[in-house]
Amino acid sequence: MKNKSIKDVLTSTEMINVYIIVALSMVIGSINSNFLSVATVITLSRAIMVTMIFALGEMLVIVSGGIDVSFPAVACAALFVPIKLMVDNGINNVWFAFGLAIIIGLVFGALNATLTAVVKLPPLIATLGVSSLINGGMLAFFGSKEISNLPKAVDAISQKFLFTYTAPTGATYSLTVLFLIPVILCIGVALMLKYTMLGRGIYAIGGDQNAARIAGFNVVRIKYFVYMFAGAITGLGAMCYCILCRTANPKNLMGSEMMVIAAIVVGGTRISGGHGKVIGTVLGVVLVGLIQNNLIMAGVPAYWQKFVVGLVIVLGTSITSLKAKKIAQSAKV
Amino acid sequence: MAEVFLKLEGIKKSFGGVRALKGVDLEIRKGEVHCLAGENGCGKSTLIKVISGAHDPDEGNIFIEGKKVENLKPIDSIRMGIQVIYQDFAVFPNLTVAENIAMNRALMTGAKKMDWKEARKLAIEAMEMIGAKMDPDILVERLSVANKQMVAICRAIINDAKFLILDEPTTALTAKEVEKLFKIIRKLKEKGIAIMIVNHKLDEIYEICDKLTVLRNGEYVSNGDITEYDRARFIRDLTGRDIEEIKYSPEEDENEILRVEHLTRVGAFEDVSFTLKKGDVLGITGLLGSGRGELGDALFGLAPAQSGKIILNGKEIQIHSIQDAMNNKIAYVPEDRLTQGLFLERSILDNTMAASIKNYFKKGKLDYKAMEIATDDWIKTIGVATPSAKPAIRTLSGGNQQKVAIAKWLNTSPDLLVLNGPTVGVDIGSKSDIHAILHRLAKGGVGIIVISDDLSELVQNCNKMIVMRNGKVAEVIDNTVDETTLADMLSGKQGG
Repeated sequence: MKNKSIKDVLTSTEMINVYIIVALSMVIGSINSNFLSVATVITLSRAIMVTMIFALGEMLVIVSGGIDVSFPAVACAALFVPIKLMVDNGINNVWFAFGLAIIIGLVFGALNATLTAVVKLPPLIATLGVSSLINGGMLAFFGSKEISNLPKAVDAISQKFLFTYTAPTGATYSLTVLFLIPVILCIGVALMLKYTMLGRGIYAIGGDQNAARIAGFNVVRIKYFVYMFAGAITGLGAMCYCILCRTANPKNLMGSEMMVIAAIVVGGTRISGGHGKVIGTVLGVVLVGLIQNNLIMAGVPAYWQKFVVGLVIVLGTSITSLKAKKIAQSAKV
Repeated sequence: MAEVFLKLEGIKKSFGGVRALKGVDLEIRKGEVHCLAGENGCGKSTLIKVISGAHDPDEGNIFIEGKKVENLKPIDSIRMGIQVIYQDFAVFPNLTVAENIAMNRALMTGAKKMDWKEARKLAIEAMEMIGAKMDPDILVERLSVANKQMVAICRAIINDAKFLILDEPTTALTAKEVEKLFKIIRKLKEKGIAIMIVNHKLDEIYEICDKLTVLRNGEYVSNGDITEYDRARFIRDLTGRDIEEIKYSPEEDENEILRVEHLTRVGAFEDVSFTLKKGDVLGITGLLGSGRGELGDALFGLAPAQSGKIILNGKEIQIHSIQDAMNNKIAYVPEDRLTQGLFLERSILDNTMAASIKNYFKKGKLDYKAMEIATDDWIKTIGVATPSAKPAIRTLSGGNQQKVAIAKWLNTSPDLLVLNGPTVGVDIGSKSDIHAILHRLAKGGVGIIVISDDLSELVQNCNKMIVMRNGKVAEVIDNTVDETTLADMLSGKQGG
């Protein structure tokens, strides 16, 4: 925007995230000189890429004024069901794996959208219900046994790399080709949000649903798009997770929703809807990922990590909330 | 005479047996400012929805520019140049001014892409057209109510509007902002745009409107040039009864109820002193930001005063919190009843009991029988139009809602009742009912303070007024003052 003052830019949520990330990196780096290295960037990229994919879908849902706590369950189903089918029936096709994962995501996304936009349940209740439904169904049909020998074609992806870096110590660090997925998704979603009427519609219904309806947005259709898109990329992210872990676990991802939602909110997305940017979400995910994965390098005991993550969430969200409050109370122009 | 833009004949509309419109005629000409007047619940909103295509009438004909239209849908109505600006403006707080203004056009043309340059250009053009000055890149949540309205008007006129409907446009505006709005309306009128304003503030109607149509209970009552209506006829047509406009002048009484000395809250008001005697209805007025509202908040402990004395019925009291105020039998009807004064989804009974519920605990149980009796009493005493105490507050008209907000506090049998904007958005009939209640209470020995910027309300109902300017008491006057002088005092043009 043209008329933004330098002060506004420097105190934006994005920049605050950047400051914290830089400060944290310096602290960890000063304690452990191994931290500031290409190797860290590669391991961190790999560690956060699935969270990033989930966070993008969830962000769209939150911006539209909703919330989706069902994505971990959807992800479990979307990674386990295709692999189970493939192993049982001897299918060995990577497109089948990704395709079915996406379709499963779409179906549950459509269910979420129907419950929130048509039946008009509060989104938290609707997606909690769907989450429980999937979770129970998974347990009933498949138990909790994981599949550790993935179909060959699928497993092969885990050995495809964008590049490999050899550290001075001789250790090698490789960046998976799957990393392209969140990169492309981020760019695509950012452009969609900013330059299409559909994207603006998502902001509009998150800002004031009634006003959006009066203005002529098809609120129901936009909600279907948002939940189904979020479902689809959840499926995509889930299959990535499965390949990165080289095993299909029917419940490992359960409980990851709080961390993802926290990363989004830390990144400046307002939980009440209408505000949020891809860049903020990327930074939020990086920040939370940094804390989760690298605090141990700074000598912080593992059991303190949860505490620190909690602290960052509380502080990060407080800043966003205080800023919103300040805007609400500030002199109007 | 200018061409007729819109003509309605015998419009009827019922909702599940309730007849909202019982045959309404209306004729709007190009370039005229037409007022649709009527008390709350008279069918104004339904009529607007019929015109905008949101409701299909059960019977009757609609003609737009001479052509009969059937089966009008919202998008058709917009394409024919009809634009409605709703009371809440329906703007997006999270989007920029430019985007808000350009959004509807983009949706109308079915654009798939968002063209930011075009949006900015359109917004600037529209703002120039009505003489509004706003930063097109600022988020609407940072705008004042008046400027949000400007955004809504800009958005309406870029869609080649021929007929603009403004639903109660002045409710949330200050006097100065109203003036500015009227200037814009006159500008649009010169361009040949027909304008219909829904309003029930008499002074404003006389100032801006050419024509008037009055509805009552869904029925067409009368229409004509504004010059054909004097105040008495207007009020009679609106309410169906004669309402006398006499000033409130109680008998002198030396018993002092409230004495406030040197009350100060930094940044809000300073050194405020006044007294309130038995029978007094004390008015506190001033422009927005003069400290009038803050003074009310301080008396009720919302944002307590930092220094000064408050003496109620001869006893000095300390008010540091709402609890203190309530313990000292002070009651406060806040400015915004919808967000601060009422539980909209709850029943009349629940709301009436909300401030005094602890009086109904008997042996650890709530005495529902007593609560029902008390609520029914209040419904009768203050004249809430409702079949029972059960309906949710949301379903009542503004006037009836406000009566319940007042009843809630009266049920605590207060010694001092402070009302901030007691009749904002309340129709004339209920307004006069509320005023009568206040007078009755004052005579019965309850101290009444009315904080308001509705000058005619103050002059008629308060026997004593305090004018505040920049946080200080600028004038203390009685009700012999006229509205114009009072308005000048508010802005500091007159007096010291």
